[in-house]
Amino acid sequence: MSDAALPAIAAAGAEEVLESPARRALRRLIKRKGAVIGLAVLSLFIALAVFAPLISPYDAIATSWSLVRKPPSALHWFGTDELGRDILARVIYGARASLLAGLISVTLAMSIGVPLGLLAGYRGGLVDALISRMTDAMLACPFLILAIALAAFLGPSLGNAMIAIGVSATPVFIRLTRAQVMGVKVEDYVEAARSIGNPPWRIALVHILPNILPALLVQATLSIAAAIIAEAALSFLGLGQQPPAPSWGSMLNAAQRFLTNAPWMAIWPGLAIFLVVLSLNLVGDGLRDALDPRER
Amino acid sequence: MLNFLARRIAQLIPTLFFVSLLIFSLQHLLPGDPALVMAGEEHDPAVIAQIRKQYRLDRPIPVQYVYWIKGVLSGDFGESLRIKVPVRDLIAQKLPVTLQLAAMAIVIAFLIGIPAGIISAVKKGTAWDYGANLFALWGISTPNFWLGIMLIFFFSIKLGWLPASGFVPLTENWRASLASTIMPAFVLGNAIAAILMRHTRSAMLQVLESDYVRTARAKGLSERSVILKHAMRNALTPVITLGALELGTLLSGAVLTEQIFTIPGFGKLIVDAVFNRDYAVVQGVVLVTATIYITLNLIADIAYILVNPRLRG
Repeated sequence: MSDAALPAIAAAGAEEVLESPARRALRRLIKRKGAVIGLAVLSLFIALAVFAPLISPYDAIATSWSLVRKPPSALHWFGTDELGRDILARVIYGARASLLAGLISVTLAMSIGVPLGLLAGYRGGLVDALISRMTDAMLACPFLILAIALAAFLGPSLGNAMIAIGVSATPVFIRLTRAQVMGVKVEDYVEAARSIGNPPWRIALVHILPNILPALLVQATLSIAAAIIAEAALSFLGLGQQPPAPSWGSMLNAAQRFLTNAPWMAIWPGLAIFLVVLSLNLVGDGLRDALDPRER
Repeated sequence: MLNFLARRIAQLIPTLFFVSLLIFSLQHLLPGDPALVMAGEEHDPAVIAQIRKQYRLDRPIPVQYVYWIKGVLSGDFGESLRIKVPVRDLIAQKLPVTLQLAAMAIVIAFLIGIPAGIISAVKKGTAWDYGANLFALWGISTPNFWLGIMLIFFFSIKLGWLPASGFVPLTENWRASLASTIMPAFVLGNAIAAILMRHTRSAMLQVLESDYVRTARAKGLSERSVILKHAMRNALTPVITLGALELGTLLSGAVLTEQIFTIPGFGKLIVDAVFNRDYAVVQGVVLVTATIYITLNLIADIAYILVNPRLRG
């Protein structure tokens, strides 16, 4: 190797060292085709949800008796439903309920689960035993059954469905945070922070939390996917978004009754759920690989 | 081994206590007076007072819990408010239907997931591998209620091959039983097949790089023998225990699948109970589901120890 090549290698190494973890993760993420496709599809659905009033060709709740169950056509690309409403408009507006439910319920789950997991993992002892047994108890009740039971007891509405899904998704975040904290709290830098007299809350929030964020981020992405399916399931059962407001789950419920005469009613909302969940899973898988230190 | 068992069972007691507490408190989450909800259309104060007395709703909540848990421990889950049948009898009647469905789903999941995972690992980087990974992504991302509706559309409405709804017990007519459960079982098993495929693939990849597989190859054994006799046996141990755990997930999935295919099982029981505000049934079903899940966890742990001699100590 020539001497001239050495500074170049050294410079490349220095660049690698200087690169922030977030930047490195992003660089690795965009190298993964699946994750990039996932991000693109997800961005499209987010744009649909945000700009629904501008994009939607028709009013999503306007009924028309002359347009009942019309197959897809140039005027109504996805066809119309049992009340003559445009299915494309309802799929576009339905993105709002689904994405909002995914985001809000996971935010709720994280805002309860992460502090409890930090507390259990960092304090240990009786607090940990108590939180862990409660978490075990919640995890023992299958996710959807717990969400259905909670949604039923709270009453059917999109808001209550989000609370029910959020509460049901909380134990996963408690357990994950606790496990991550247990691994990180014995690291030298946490020991050093403790030895200079930092209070426990500061160590947990400033020194531990940023280091367990990557794992939480991956879980959050996958949990949003699960929450979107759960919201659609609850709406399908009549426990989520209430009619006439559009929701992919309730659209599928209505479609089931007209499967013989109007199969298009079932295709589009289901495909929308599938695409959003698929793209979140692709992004989640990509993030997991991009944030994995062994992949460096 | 005995020590491990004792410790593991001792851990179950506080978990089961919290589960019972969680399920009991569900009823008290409801805003308003449960007696009023139970009374339904009836507004006579004497009737409401009678309900309150009958269900001990006039007693403090901890006392109500003690009465409830005493009943549960003696096998008395209360009575369905709507159809006035003991919850225990309802569960005994519906659980076998869901268990038959779950067993079929698990068989389908293993039959698809494990061969797909093995082929994907052995042929890593080829079209087979990409195909298997795509299948797994599809399985994980497809909402099972949509898949159910689409299968009914193709196989029942378009082709007329399979019944769209209903259930025939296996003991009554095995052909009709298989025809009525194959679609719902596939819907339930499909997502688990995808999860099993991913686990099998990663376990196989790890095992294929291990020293003993290299040794087996160096001895000149055929690739078929290396994979089927040496690698697969070790890779599948954790996957099989994982499969047992997925049975719990199946109970969750059964809620929607049974609703779509109108199967009178456990899932349909809970949905009907939820809509009729039949608290005792909801509590009984959730409690039984949680207990099944916890028991499966325990069995999976024990099985894992039994098949892995290094963990026996």
